Amino acid sequence: MIMAKQSDREFVTMTEQQKRARRNRSVALGLGLAALVIVFYVVTILKVDPSALFNRQM
Amino acid sequence: MAYVDKSAVDDAAFRLSEATAADFVELLKPRVMSLVVFTAFVGLAIAPASLNPFLALVSIAAIAIGAGASGALNMWYDADIDAVMSRTASRPVPSGRVTPGAALAFGLVLSALSVMTLGLVANWLAAAMLAFTIFFYAVIYTIWLKRSTPQNIVIGGAAGAFPPMIGWTAATGTIGMESVLLFLVVFLWTPPHFWALALFKSGDYERAGVPMMPNVAGEASTRRQIFAYSLLVAASGVLPAAFGYSSWAYGLAAALLGAGFVRYAWDVLVAGATDLKPAKALFGYSLLYLFAIFALVLVDHIAMRMLG
Repeated sequence: MIMAKQSDREFVTMTEQQKRARRNRSVALGLGLAALVIVFYVVTILKVDPSALFNRQM
Repeated sequence: MAYVDKSAVDDAAFRLSEATAADFVELLKPRVMSLVVFTAFVGLAIAPASLNPFLALVSIAAIAIGAGASGALNMWYDADIDAVMSRTASRPVPSGRVTPGAALAFGLVLSALSVMTLGLVANWLAAAMLAFTIFFYAVIYTIWLKRSTPQNIVIGGAAGAFPPMIGWTAATGTIGMESVLLFLVVFLWTPPHFWALALFKSGDYERAGVPMMPNVAGEASTRRQIFAYSLLVAASGVLPAAFGYSSWAYGLAAALLGAGFVRYAWDVLVAGATDLKPAKALFGYSLLYLFAIFALVLVDHIAMRMLG
């Protein structure tokens, strides 16, 4: 961890491993949230009309 | 580059996380989750009510994530114990990969998310049961019983036994006698399963100061109690047939599996103090037993439905 003083604030430069770990967590969180959106979207449709996704006349 | 409060910049009080998503998944105890998924699925599948397949899938996922969340809360609270036990020292919190605060937040958020999801998708009775299960495992078992009594695993075992009941309730909106019998199977199975583990890991538990049965009552007493519980396990496995919920073909198969359980427990009972092989064999068989009983219940119900 490298610290550099800039004005009255101190900053931390992340190591490569820390950057990789943060990216890994961010991607997983993004995928998890996207899955949650899809799940709640489908659940809502099924709750409103249980036959909406099945038995639909084409 | 990240801005950091100057007052917090020192190695002891501050560090940037190197935890990956896999570390957080490990907090959920995936192996325990797989057992929860299976038992909850059986409870839901044999219920005399049908749930839309997608809603059933989401309900099972919610129950599994709720169980995983309680596992994360357990790892947050038990990090000090886990650090001194060989079986658990490499877990994310004691190994330093995930901070205790992150594990706590992760467990609490997933607890709320899983309970709310199950309530919205299935019903609020099932959601309330899931919330109680998480509370029971995290607070009653982990925080209270585990460090205070050798009966910790007997009472705490209820938390692991609830998932088939929750699965049943998710489908029906009620609590059924058949699901209570499945609860009983897991509840009675838990003590001999964990005491068998404790027999060949008693040094670990003693170092950690956890009052497991072998290091409180002694190994001879533990072996006797394992055998007594094995009789109850064998009887509980046959109950679904005795109550008329399953066929006698199931009853016969369950009786044979139960007899195997008693046989392995007998080997533990008569083994010498230094012979740990029977305890390891019983531990392995107990996992097989639980999986087989639930698989048989499922197959038997499917067969009975197909045969009318």
